[in-house]
Amino acid sequence: MSVMEGRTTSALLYLDGVHVSFDGFHAINNLSLTLEPGEMRAIIGPNGAGKTTMMDIITGKTKPDEGTVLFDGMIDLTRLDETHIAELGIGRKFQKPTVFESQTIEDNLLLALNVDHSVKGTLFWRGSRDESERIDRVLETIRLTDARNRLAGSLSHGQKQWLEIGMLLAQDPKLLLVDEPVAGMTDVETHQTAELLKEINKEKTVMVVEHDMTFVRELGVKVTCLHEGTVLAEGTIDQVSSNERVIEVYLGR
Amino acid sequence: MTPHILTRSLDRSATVFLVVVAGLGVLIPLSNLLLPSGSALQVPTYLVALFGKYACYAILALSIDLIWGYCGILSLGHGAFFALGGYAMGMYLMRQIGSRGVYGNPILPDFMVFLNYPALPWYWHGFDMFWFAALMVVLVPGLLAFCFGWLAFRSRVTGVYLSIITQAMTYALLLAFFRNDFGFGGNNGLTDFKDILGFNVQADGTRAALFALSCLALIVAFLICRAVVTSKLGKVLIAIRDAESRTRFLGYRVESYKLFVFTLSACMAGVAGALYVPQVGIINPSEYAPGNSIEAVIWVAVGGRGTLVGAALGAVVVNYAKTYFTSGPLAPYWLFMLGALFILVTLLLPKGIVGTFNAWRESRKATEKANAESAALEDGVGEPKPAE
Ligand SMILES: Nc1ncnc2c1ncn2[C@@H]1O[C@H](COP(=O)(O)OP(=O)(O)OP(=O)(O)O)[C@@H](O)[C@H]1O
Ligand SMILES: [Mg+2]
Repeated sequence: MSVMEGRTTSALLYLDGVHVSFDGFHAINNLSLTLEPGEMRAIIGPNGAGKTTMMDIITGKTKPDEGTVLFDGMIDLTRLDETHIAELGIGRKFQKPTVFESQTIEDNLLLALNVDHSVKGTLFWRGSRDESERIDRVLETIRLTDARNRLAGSLSHGQKQWLEIGMLLAQDPKLLLVDEPVAGMTDVETHQTAELLKEINKEKTVMVVEHDMTFVRELGVKVTCLHEGTVLAEGTIDQVSSNERVIEVYLGR
Repeated sequence: MTPHILTRSLDRSATVFLVVVAGLGVLIPLSNLLLPSGSALQVPTYLVALFGKYACYAILALSIDLIWGYCGILSLGHGAFFALGGYAMGMYLMRQIGSRGVYGNPILPDFMVFLNYPALPWYWHGFDMFWFAALMVVLVPGLLAFCFGWLAFRSRVTGVYLSIITQAMTYALLLAFFRNDFGFGGNNGLTDFKDILGFNVQADGTRAALFALSCLALIVAFLICRAVVTSKLGKVLIAIRDAESRTRFLGYRVESYKLFVFTLSACMAGVAGALYVPQVGIINPSEYAPGNSIEAVIWVAVGGRGTLVGAALGAVVVNYAKTYFTSGPLAPYWLFMLGALFILVTLLLPKGIVGTFNAWRESRKATEKANAESAALEDGVGEPKPAE
């Protein structure tokens, strides 16, 4: 690991020796993982492996009992709250799509834009050309332009997933954490989502959790397999899926 | 406020509401003062005072709707802010009595003489000046709400837990204000007011003016609420209500938003209480009773939370029913009726009166649009379909 001035790692995201337990149950066990700037990483692992919990730790929802979590080599994420971490440029899509159901799709994106988020700023907010253009572009990307004035609650499950990815785009973060983006999508939609994430990855660092192996294969990136809160295997999808321990975990003992 | 904010915040129901309140605010006082008493169109003074009370309740309801309907904060202690505003006004009115009290003490209100107070407590100073009292009407509830909210929201107390501690807050104030040595007249509270700004509080003209002012305050409170909920901040509030943690992950400081609306709402409740007191002629600790705050929440539920107009309407409708029933043979059953009303509304009209009406209007609009579209389609083919 290279030591740079002021920073201990070149990685954008650096987790080392992280432990979390819930009432004595060790959800995350000595987890170490690094993500280089510009990288896209796929995370796989059986149910309950701790994938979502890992994202909770990175985004400040869960505080680890032990371990280091650094963003950009020097920012200790374990000391910050969700709002602060979001402001640093870490965006997140939830496993269960969470959009603001009683508001329009356009308003969902408007809320996600990374502009002034202070009370005063929003109270006296007046839209700008730049903002509406950005919203238009995101709507285009997620193919919801025609539905812009519909309530987000009326969208299908797959469309909600896309809207949430759109919100991530509007947020314009440095690092995107995407939890199970293709759950509930058709094959075509899954393929489109893979294309979209690859497109996003041209500019941003992305971490994707997914169970769908065809999708992971299509992404064609380095894969990390988690099991019982720790890294079981890391490498290309072929390396990981032929790893004996991984097969054992997936097939059950 | 810029015209931009005005146009944005006035939709049809908001405009209707404002016109009605402004109309009543002008016509009722005029009818009371100018028409000969006993004429069919003359509104008697006791009704003017009663309507004035409703207007104050409507402001309280708006303040609750702002936090509950738009931000999901269910305060079951908003009566406390109302009562604090009321007490601040009551203190001013007490100081106006001067030497006209039973004991004729020029400085000390009667209850202090009776309880052998050697001098005016420090926190009563300044209340002989109207501007100071008016400031306190807003400041005291606002400050309490700010401190309370700062502690509660920063510790992320939400939902039922928050509701319970707001109840505890108003209950604690109830107990404190009951005490004679607390300096606010104990059990009896503050009463026997003589004048306000030099005008006799009992006079018809004063009552009519107070009513008109209450309507004006209701209009201003409504406009403030509309400006808030139609701004981008309003969208953030709804986002917090519907998915609080999602809002945090987008980089919003949820506790600041809650603190802002909670404090604003408390200030509005304080103003409502201050207008209420001279019209009913008394303020006592029973205003802090937890039941009062719960009743106010029921008004909002009945009228329709998250609609503002509904909250105000609910306050008037429920209080009219209360006035009607508690003055008849059904009086002992009023609380049961209120409870039943709440259960019925929750089960049958979960969106309240205005919410249900809006939903109905929207669905009708949608079917009309669909009909028009299908008619247009049919036109293209040939025979128009008869309307259903
Ligand atoms: N707040 C919590 N309290 C208690 N246990 C928790 C909590 N959050 C997660 N867990 C537990 O930690 C383990 C890891 O959960 P996590 O949601 O991270 O798994 P996952 O890998 O995302 O699984 P899935 O593929 O099903 O989404 C699970 O056994 C879960 O029950
Ligand atoms: Mg998960």
